[in-house]
Amino acid sequence: MGRAVPVTGATFDVVIVGAGAVGAACAYFATAAGLRVVVLDRAAIASGTSSACEGNLLISDKEPGPELELALYSRQLWVGELAEHAALWEYEPKGGLVVASSEPVLARLRDLAARHRALGITVDDADPAALCDREPHLNPALVGGAFYPQDAQVQPMLLVAHLLRLARVQGAEVRAGTAVTGVLRNGDRVVGVRTSDGDFSAGTVVNAAGTWAADIARLAGVDLPVLPRRGFVLVTEPLPVTVRHKVYAAEYVADVASSAGDLQSSPVVEGTPAGTILIGATRERVGFDRGFSVAAAARLARGALALFPFLAGVRVMRSYLGFRPYCPDHLPIIGPDPRAPGLWHACGHEGAGIGLSVGTGSLLAQTLSGAATALDLIPFAPDRFAENR
Amino acid sequence: MTEPAADVSADVAVVGAGPAGLAAAVHAADAGLSVTLIDAGIRPGGQYWRHPDPALDVDSRAGHHDWQTFASLRDALHRHVENRQIRYLAGTQVALVQPGSPFRLHLAVTVPGAAPEHGALVTAVKAADLILCPGGYDRQLPIPGWDLPGVFAAGGLQALLKGTRTLPGRRAVIAGTGPFLLPVAAGFAETGGQVAAVCEANSPLRWLRQAHLAAQAPAKAREALEYAIGFGRHRIPYRPRTVVIRILGDREVRGAVVARVDADGRTQEGTEREVEADVVAFGWGFTPSLELPLALGTQTRVDVDGSLVVVVDDLQRSTVSRVWVAGEATGIGGALLARLEGELAARSLVAERTGQPLRPRALQYRMRRSRAFARAMHAAHPIPPRWPDWLTADTLVCRCEEVPVAAVRHAVDVLGATDPRTVRSLTRVGMGWCQGRVCADACARLVCDLTRRPLTDGALEATSRRTFAAPLELSRVARLDDSPTPEDRS
Amino acid sequence: MTTITITFAGRTLQARDGQTVAAALIENGVRSWRRTRHGGRPRGLFCGIGVCFDCLLTIDGQAAQRACLVPVRDGMTLAEGATAGEGRDD
Repeated sequence: MGRAVPVTGATFDVVIVGAGAVGAACAYFATAAGLRVVVLDRAAIASGTSSACEGNLLISDKEPGPELELALYSRQLWVGELAEHAALWEYEPKGGLVVASSEPVLARLRDLAARHRALGITVDDADPAALCDREPHLNPALVGGAFYPQDAQVQPMLLVAHLLRLARVQGAEVRAGTAVTGVLRNGDRVVGVRTSDGDFSAGTVVNAAGTWAADIARLAGVDLPVLPRRGFVLVTEPLPVTVRHKVYAAEYVADVASSAGDLQSSPVVEGTPAGTILIGATRERVGFDRGFSVAAAARLARGALALFPFLAGVRVMRSYLGFRPYCPDHLPIIGPDPRAPGLWHACGHEGAGIGLSVGTGSLLAQTLSGAATALDLIPFAPDRFAENR
Repeated sequence: MTEPAADVSADVAVVGAGPAGLAAAVHAADAGLSVTLIDAGIRPGGQYWRHPDPALDVDSRAGHHDWQTFASLRDALHRHVENRQIRYLAGTQVALVQPGSPFRLHLAVTVPGAAPEHGALVTAVKAADLILCPGGYDRQLPIPGWDLPGVFAAGGLQALLKGTRTLPGRRAVIAGTGPFLLPVAAGFAETGGQVAAVCEANSPLRWLRQAHLAAQAPAKAREALEYAIGFGRHRIPYRPRTVVIRILGDREVRGAVVARVDADGRTQEGTEREVEADVVAFGWGFTPSLELPLALGTQTRVDVDGSLVVVVDDLQRSTVSRVWVAGEATGIGGALLARLEGELAARSLVAERTGQPLRPRALQYRMRRSRAFARAMHAAHPIPPRWPDWLTADTLVCRCEEVPVAAVRHAVDVLGATDPRTVRSLTRVGMGWCQGRVCADACARLVCDLTRRPLTDGALEATSRRTFAAPLELSRVARLDDSPTPEDRS
Repeated sequence: MTTITITFAGRTLQARDGQTVAAALIENGVRSWRRTRHGGRPRGLFCGIGVCFDCLLTIDGQAAQRACLVPVRDGMTLAEGATAGEGRDD
């Protein structure tokens, strides 16, 4: 399945559909590998889930497995090759504090932390005194936790904007407001896309359309089980520094891994450079319903108060929502689609898209140039889902 | 600490106690409906009928041309409050509106202690019908130096003058466009200040093109004449086709630079002059507060003055069932039109509930004349299209987050932003306390000017949408779905 | 006419019954009572009707109140500090 096959006479080697974090990262690494790239988005850059998230780069919330490996690989890039650009996207190595409200939950957290340690991840167990030390305003009734210094934060809009800018510097073209309406084919092969702005020929089309990736895949006649998983975030008034790290309840890991469709909620609280505090997280499968949910907001508030009682008098100024691109096995889809030669996918990252974007882009560029990929892509194969076997 | 009250219920909830809301609440109560009236202010009257506390001030009526109308509505309100027909929650704002049958309005306190309700604090109101009269506020344009203390919105200066005859300085420049500059300048002079100049960006000759519409409201002509006489008496220079392009001062206002402009707002070479002043007030017309109608899903349109307004039929009904909208939110049109719309909304609602016939034609006729005058006014006082030329790189676009013009230009030129929403996410314009109420409209127009793209209705709607119409404590948000929390302590 | 006494940043000021906190400060020559977060620039009243949130200050211990909306009361204490959490010691 390997390398991209160029199309004679085509202006581009690669068309990337979707100008969110993943598409932008693909463009950055693909251009760095010498490929001629055009990025297309039906709307403005970063107008999908990338503009509705918190910018998390988390190691701590992932069970050992392919996703965690992708997160660790991404981290190497964040602090290595991409370190010179850290200020552009406000990279903040703030660390993550996972907290437990009961002994059974703490036991599970310790177990996960041990398995993380075995993989070389830095984890500091924290007893209540250590929790108070790291976060003075935490609820003193919490029984313990774990601190992950390798968790970090970026500003996702700046990330996307700068990755695209750097890609442009390296020769990419970016076309916002250009909707893909179909794929071009030569026999079985996908050889480009048809858009509201004309045809773009290329030997490779990369589907980086996030929560809308299934629509793009369908244009090429293939199924991708990417579905929206809605989440709300509450934003508080600006405050002086009170919450120093990303703080979340250990139950969050189970929520991420759950496939329940009804409202799941587990508190995630963090401060921002602007002084506001972001409060998440909820997950529910309600299609693309953008209506405000009082139930979700109430759960978010209750969860936050359980971690930080001082928040009771702090005011919510606004809320926003986003649709995570969710796959049934909670793993993204990365790599060539054997069902449609010429079509690659880089999508389905659920709630971890920002953190995993650079690893995904790097791997994709490797596979497009026929190089060996740093990670095995089989777990992320587009045709792995039961219906497709 | 008193225990918060459970939901209070009413037949109809009226939001806003300005001319529209007062009229709506009184007429609904007159017909026997139970009404809950919610208003952010301490006294009824909203912005147009702002006045000092009558118990404390000898001449509350000063500066009000329609005092009698207000007084009788206010007295009727008090009577209905006495008989419990109207529950009047002053110092309270609707933070969140929940659609449903009945509607549920979650309330936030703007003035602690102002809304005692049998000793308890009302946290939510349930009503089968809504009449939304949220009013409007001053439209703003960033001007170099506009963030200095001593710069006010014209409406803010008016609130100081009409509210308690408070003079915020000695010498004022009143600038912008529109007839509202006149009463503000007159009020400043009457309160004892000196008006150095009234700078009207447009030309009075624009009125001639609208004369047939303007003539629909002869009372307005009398008003204008009164102001003209007052200006002569107070020696207030009225300068058409003149704008303030820069405000001077380090820690507060000490002067303004004014310049002549052409019909599009381009400054004329050699006409810049410094004017000594310690107060500068800007009035660029008004724009309605649309959070609540938008949260309910009402249809909107762009009015002739560029404001996003709610679409209503000829009985003030929005496109959402059981939601009436009246006053500035349906189109900026002044106090008389707002009062008539409020009355019509209430009478329309009453007719639907009771099955009694409605005879709206007299009201509608007067409203048509009022609207015609408002349209003429808007057409004669557009915001000069070349206002972005007055900006410098360090002019603040977003006051709350202190974002300068340079950052907006950077987002467009370097970061590839093509629309207002993306600019907002990249620069934080509109993400501060005021959530874009002051800056989002101007920023959207600036972005469209920079990208040479048209401002879409959708983009205007996006900047006006705010789920939380007022900030709300997390302890309140935790109880929005009525679940008791372990953190509750009384 | 009732005179009202309020305290602001340690100073005792006279106010008129019926005035808003903002009006009372302004009449006492105080036109700014807040510093912006980034630039430390002075702010006071701007829109005057509760929309711009520039006029925030702590009133009787309650942070981030809009001075243009709250009427003065005798004995009121005012302090700079817009945000809940400023001056917190817990």
